[in-house]
Amino acid sequence: MTTVVSVEDVWKLYGKVEVVKGVSFNVDEGTTTVIFGPSGAGKSTLLRCINMLHPPDRGTVFLRGIDLMKTGSKMSYYRSKFGMVFQHFNLFSHLTVLDNVMIGLRVVKRIPEDEARAIAMKAIEKVRMKDWCKQYPSQLSGGQKQRVGIARALAMDPEVILFDEPTSALDPELIGEVLQTMLDLAKEKKTMICVTHEMGFAKAVASEMIFMDEGVVVESGSPEHFFTNPTSERTKRFLSRLTELYGRHEKSDTAVDEK
Amino acid sequence: MSSLFDLLFSHFVFIVEGLPIALSLTAYGLSLGFLVGLPLAILRVYGGTVARLFVSTYERVMRSVPPLVLIFLFYFGIPMTMLEIPGFLAVMLALGLCSSGYQSQIFRGALESVGRGQMDAARSLGMSRLQAMRLVIVPQALRFALPSWANELATMIKDTSLAFVVGVAELMRRADYVRAATFDPVMPYLVVAGIYFAVVFPITRLAGTWEQKKKRLVTGA
Repeated sequence: MTTVVSVEDVWKLYGKVEVVKGVSFNVDEGTTTVIFGPSGAGKSTLLRCINMLHPPDRGTVFLRGIDLMKTGSKMSYYRSKFGMVFQHFNLFSHLTVLDNVMIGLRVVKRIPEDEARAIAMKAIEKVRMKDWCKQYPSQLSGGQKQRVGIARALAMDPEVILFDEPTSALDPELIGEVLQTMLDLAKEKKTMICVTHEMGFAKAVASEMIFMDEGVVVESGSPEHFFTNPTSERTKRFLSRLTELYGRHEKSDTAVDEK
Repeated sequence: MSSLFDLLFSHFVFIVEGLPIALSLTAYGLSLGFLVGLPLAILRVYGGTVARLFVSTYERVMRSVPPLVLIFLFYFGIPMTMLEIPGFLAVMLALGLCSSGYQSQIFRGALESVGRGQMDAARSLGMSRLQAMRLVIVPQALRFALPSWANELATMIKDTSLAFVVGVAELMRRADYVRAATFDPVMPYLVVAGIYFAVVFPITRLAGTWEQKKKRLVTGA
């Protein structure tokens, strides 16, 4: 399998606080990597380092062998090869659903309007939001907003999609529709890096799981490894806390269904 | 009786003819304030320390000096060094610069109320900082700014009455002529008050409606 993203010894400081402290891992084409851990572990920061939204202070990230730290003025161009889905959706509130999905195609990829609309509509259909394409974000539910967020990332045909806690800001009954969309993508062999605490999702599709705490990777491995015999005490404690909190929900989302 | 009415009516028409002048002064002044104020606001929010200091000083000066003082400075001050300038131009410059200080503040607040996530989302699509500003941040900020901006418009319309001191034939100057001709010190000014009210009231009402809409927009995003 080919490696798409290779994170090499990434460090990130905010002021004097080290948020990410030397993280390395590889992501293979067509796989889903789940990153989880307590808040403040540096997961979101790590994602923002990977697509150079906040370039790391030390270390680098390779995208198909290209050192992103050395891309200079083309960094914005390479950033467009990463899709990103945000916890708080961050849809452009002055644009309709269709325009939200189209704007990157028009402005960054410079695709002619008709073609861009066709691509955007395909992405919108994929997340089952076709009937809402003329609506504004403020008219949508949280789950719908997030599905549009996924369509916006998807339309750019990225090498990798980064998910930053995509379901954490949603009401429990809206989580299912977003997870279903993500499951669909995983089954279509999209390469994804997901920061999430949805262990049911991780169990179903992750090929690699990474547990982070205090800016470092504590433990990584397959879902089987994590759910049968995690080695580190810290991991065990966190996982049991998670089961306590989400146990009930987890059982229900092994059969996530579209609302 | 009918001749008295005709006379009153002709006076009224004479005063109202000053309205286009007042409104064009407003349009030019507001545009100048916008063209100076918006870039200043962007500098204030996204610029470096020096730029921010410059903008906040400029804002403070422009908002502290009465517009009448600026009008006199331009009307009497500029001709001392260069060419004569007409009263209209002096008032336009004075009101425009004065307004740029206020508009800069309005747009700064609006830019700051566009969430940080919007810039992240735009940049994650591959947009440059400049593209993100132009296509995502500023369009949203202008929407947020609309209610306060409408209030600034109302203020500017009223401030054009200051133009009468340098002889621009707007509403106040014309009312003054009518007073001089008829020796009626009340009626002409009541007419002026009525005209200003008729123009400004709908604008402030509109500003109120937009304010409600904005609240929904901000909370619903």
